[in-house]
Amino acid sequence: MLKPEPPLAGWLAELDDWLTRSPGFFTGKPLILDVAGLAFTRDDIAGVIAELRTRSIRILGIEGADPATLDDTLPPLLTGGRTSGSVEAIEAVEAVARRAQATKEAATREAAAKEAAAKEAAEAAKAAGEPVATNSADPAATSSTEPGHKPANATPNGPTPEQAASASRVPSLLVETPVRSGQTIMNAEGDVIILGSVASGAEVIAAGSIHVYGALRGRALAGVYGNASARIFCRRFEAELVAISDFHKVTEEIEAGLRQKPVQAWLSDNELKVASLDQTDKEAIKWQKS
Amino acid sequence: MAEVLVVTSGKGGVGKTTSTAALGAALAQTGRTVAVVDFDVGLRNLDLVMGAERRVVYDLINVANGDVRLQQALIRDKRIETMYLLAASQTRDKDALSEEGVRRVIGELRDRFDWVICDSPAGIERGATLAMRYADLAVVVTNPEVSSVRDSDRIIGLLDSKTIKAARGERMEKLLLLTRYDKVRAGRGDMLGIEDVLEILSIPLLGIVPESEEVLRASNLGAPVTMSNPTSAPARAYMDAARRLCGESIAMTIPSERQNLLSKLFGGRRAA
Repeated sequence: MLKPEPPLAGWLAELDDWLTRSPGFFTGKPLILDVAGLAFTRDDIAGVIAELRTRSIRILGIEGADPATLDDTLPPLLTGGRTSGSVEAIEAVEAVARRAQATKEAATREAAAKEAAAKEAAEAAKAAGEPVATNSADPAATSSTEPGHKPANATPNGPTPEQAASASRVPSLLVETPVRSGQTIMNAEGDVIILGSVASGAEVIAAGSIHVYGALRGRALAGVYGNASARIFCRRFEAELVAISDFHKVTEEIEAGLRQKPVQAWLSDNELKVASLDQTDKEAIKWQKS
Repeated sequence: MAEVLVVTSGKGGVGKTTSTAALGAALAQTGRTVAVVDFDVGLRNLDLVMGAERRVVYDLINVANGDVRLQQALIRDKRIETMYLLAASQTRDKDALSEEGVRRVIGELRDRFDWVICDSPAGIERGATLAMRYADLAVVVTNPEVSSVRDSDRIIGLLDSKTIKAARGERMEKLLLLTRYDKVRAGRGDMLGIEDVLEILSIPLLGIVPESEEVLRASNLGAPVTMSNPTSAPARAYMDAARRLCGESIAMTIPSERQNLLSKLFGGRRAA
């Protein structure tokens, strides 16, 4: 849901600022433009949509507009909008999702298609570039070139086909330092692996899964572009919020007995489940069976 | 060449100014030359704690803007002659401080002193980031309490991204000073334990300063606690921390008042 605020130029500048800090944040996300209370004319709305399109943000629907102002050339009017999780279903999915799909297919194909897969993966990897780590406080200082925030599988000059074929096709982001309160670590393409702890007030966002080898005290959002098979793992669970795809839970909604335990979170039948990773824990086995 | 140290915390009221004054005095008492600099422009306090409020003529802003020479603005302490204060301006705000001005002032102080201690304002805005910008190392002052710990964590993140050292790709040294620690309340679980704080912040411990009335008394007297009552528990904690800053290895203890009471009695008897 995007809600423009007047003056429009200022709002767009703010949006640009946000996009430089978190490139790809809206990529592949189905977005609804909320113009409630803004008294936009048809041309105003079309103008905003055109501006957003130049930033690779595609609007699926409009909420809060007067039906009379909308015509066939504009996205449909919606009410009670909520983002959908299904990436495949959305036409407007950008390069990221297409690449993910390509690599997924490549991965499932057997040895017979190995050459083709390698080629495809190499292209995907080249096009993908490096994942980004952003810091809301200072984007420049926490780009992926910063020591400690190294992408695990990307070489500076782009992988050769052989490397790309052997390495994971979606680059994961390896963070070797603790994630401090107020920082955001984001990988818009693959997994995020954090060796330290994620502090209360910090945020980790991944298109894939999230692995935290320290304590998870902040927020973890995995599978943010609708990847329902993404999971969250941590060695010590004290999270403020965990989310996979469109489903989230805050601490209050998670069984208190799991606190400070090694835990995983995953999606099962449109329900976000959180259970202990400790196999000797009877409770965990019970959870995983259910 | 001086070591430039920033005393910072994110949260207000945890003891930054007290710690700046106490560490500064403790370092100066060992014969080193020390400048303490108040970066809290608009809400200056360090001059009060140092007992120099009636001697402030020029301040950090005047020097940073090039109105006066550093020499004119430095206030020499009356009790320890190797300690100087550079006060903040009370009438201006943080926007009056330019990054270039701060760079120049810190550069000049660096040439003249063994230690330059910058007292950061609370918050994470301009004032706080300017105070840490040119520092070589940071003392993160934290109370054993969740909001203080989270704010300190935020500040540590900024120290790793906003300082010149971080921008050069060097490692910014950060040390934890746990203040207002109350053994009894920590034992009861009313307060975070030392281990908890260290686990969350994961930076080395510089010292543990116990909660004490001496600190308040010292502030009101206008003297760093290490001067007003050197045998008190917080004073000993700060003196140990200062020695650790100078590279000495001293076992980590939490000085307690009971010992102090005994030594007072003992001292009294001896005097009689």
